[in-house]
Amino acid sequence: MNKIPSALNLGIRRGKLEIIQFARQRESVVFTLLFPVILLAIFGSVFKDTIAPGVTFSQYFVAGMIASGLVNTGFQALAITIPMERDVGGLKRLRGTPMPASSYFIGKAILIAVSMIIQIALLFGFGLLFFGVEMPSEPSKWLVFIWLVLLGSACSTALGIAFSIVPKSGRGASAVVSPIVIILQFFSGVFFVFTQLPTWMQQLAAIFPLKWLTQGMRSVFLPESFASQEVAKSWETGRTFLILLAWLLIGVFFSIRKFRWDRD
Amino acid sequence: MNVIEVKGLKKSYGQVHAVRGVDLSIPAGEIFALLGPNGAGKTTTVEILEGFRNRDAGEVSILGFDPKNQGRAAREWRNRIGIVLQSAADAGDLTVIETIKHFSSYYSNPRNVDEVIAAVGLESKSGALIRNLSGGQRRRLDVALGIVGSPELLFLDEPTTGFDPEARRAFWALIQQLRGTGTTILLTTHYLDEAEALADRVAVINNGLIIEVSTPAELGGRATSKALVSWRDGDHIKTEGTDNPTSVVTRLNAQFNGEIPELTVTRPSLEDIYLTMIGGTDE
Repeated sequence: MNKIPSALNLGIRRGKLEIIQFARQRESVVFTLLFPVILLAIFGSVFKDTIAPGVTFSQYFVAGMIASGLVNTGFQALAITIPMERDVGGLKRLRGTPMPASSYFIGKAILIAVSMIIQIALLFGFGLLFFGVEMPSEPSKWLVFIWLVLLGSACSTALGIAFSIVPKSGRGASAVVSPIVIILQFFSGVFFVFTQLPTWMQQLAAIFPLKWLTQGMRSVFLPESFASQEVAKSWETGRTFLILLAWLLIGVFFSIRKFRWDRD
Repeated sequence: MNVIEVKGLKKSYGQVHAVRGVDLSIPAGEIFALLGPNGAGKTTTVEILEGFRNRDAGEVSILGFDPKNQGRAAREWRNRIGIVLQSAADAGDLTVIETIKHFSSYYSNPRNVDEVIAAVGLESKSGALIRNLSGGQRRRLDVALGIVGSPELLFLDEPTTGFDPEARRAFWALIQQLRGTGTTILLTTHYLDEAEALADRVAVINNGLIIEVSTPAELGGRATSKALVSWRDGDHIKTEGTDNPTSVVTRLNAQFNGEIPELTVTRPSLEDIYLTMIGGTDE
């Protein structure tokens, strides 16, 4: 008797399969990956002003787009597509095999990470070519960028899987999930300059991870001097790390304890 | 030891007593059919045995394992069983061979993927996207995914619903082939002819209780029940119930001095027996 394959090994196989399935849905590939670029094009064309000396709106907006891309690609996509998979019986069938739940989650995390990398590359490409977006030069900022993307992607994946237990059906999932994401984007300083929002909005946004992701991304893409214009007069990098980590743990906890494989 | 051993299984949903004390013993290598109308407790029973539902009371041992347990031991157990559910319409963007190959990677001793595809008769569709398969082909794929791990025990839940007669015959041949490999099969079905063609034994379940367990030929006293002899006598058809149909036919043969007009000799079909047993509540 051979040994049954490890959860990690199966997780990587699931990841490959998820990517193949995603890539074959051409419309959603184009839309998902180019959506941030389209938004950047619209906002970059409308708002030509500078926010602070040397900081264009496009520059400010790229930070917000990467942060909200993490939420859209992970949380929103999973909280909508997992209930759909559940509706058609795909999850129940998986439940009946020796594949462990963790492999399914790892597969989703791989899909989200890969699609995030492509999205960011496209955003950088278009931003550099057409909207005069400047890339950070200090290696330390790139280091922050990398852990923000990894932690943000993991956090978004875990919360998306956890939230997939909320929509009762695949058809209704979008109506439950999308408004939450859109409101969060407005509150978290993705579309507007965060410090210009009402205080109560800022405080509410500070509970959720998107505000911290956006602020973290600003610390990467905006000049050091801009830190003084943040609410806390600082980038709060350490606090950002801890809050994202806390949300990651909350997401993982609920995913493991409450995940639903079956419709009823 | 029996592959499936169930004692006093009970399950309620609120005030509804779906399963009210089911006992089952199924030895290795047997094809066992569970028959019953909708709402009889069939699906609840099977889903408890498959580890999909919790039970309220009773003992369950499937291949020596209690399916209520989770974790590593449950993975080892799932490695030895195969489940073909009622419907799954996922993974439309994958091909048949990709999907079967992927599922085969979940098991420690998978069957050869090409052999599995051949066994379910999907050779010509192995490169086709699942979304482009017909209903019958999809069902064959479901079975392929259920057997790719070389299970010792296979659960088949209404496997031929929606099949045309030809596809159903082909499917039966596939299941009979599995019998040859020693796989134990628990089959639930609405179709009496299916149970008769495939099962070594059948159990009839109604209102959450097993009414009878026997071979298809003996269910409900079918083997010993009276035969019906009918023939045309002048303007009308005459029918006679008898324990000795041969002597009745011999008598008629003498009476008509040769061929008996419109002669038939029948015994109650499994369906007749079944409908009597469940009190005609089936839809």
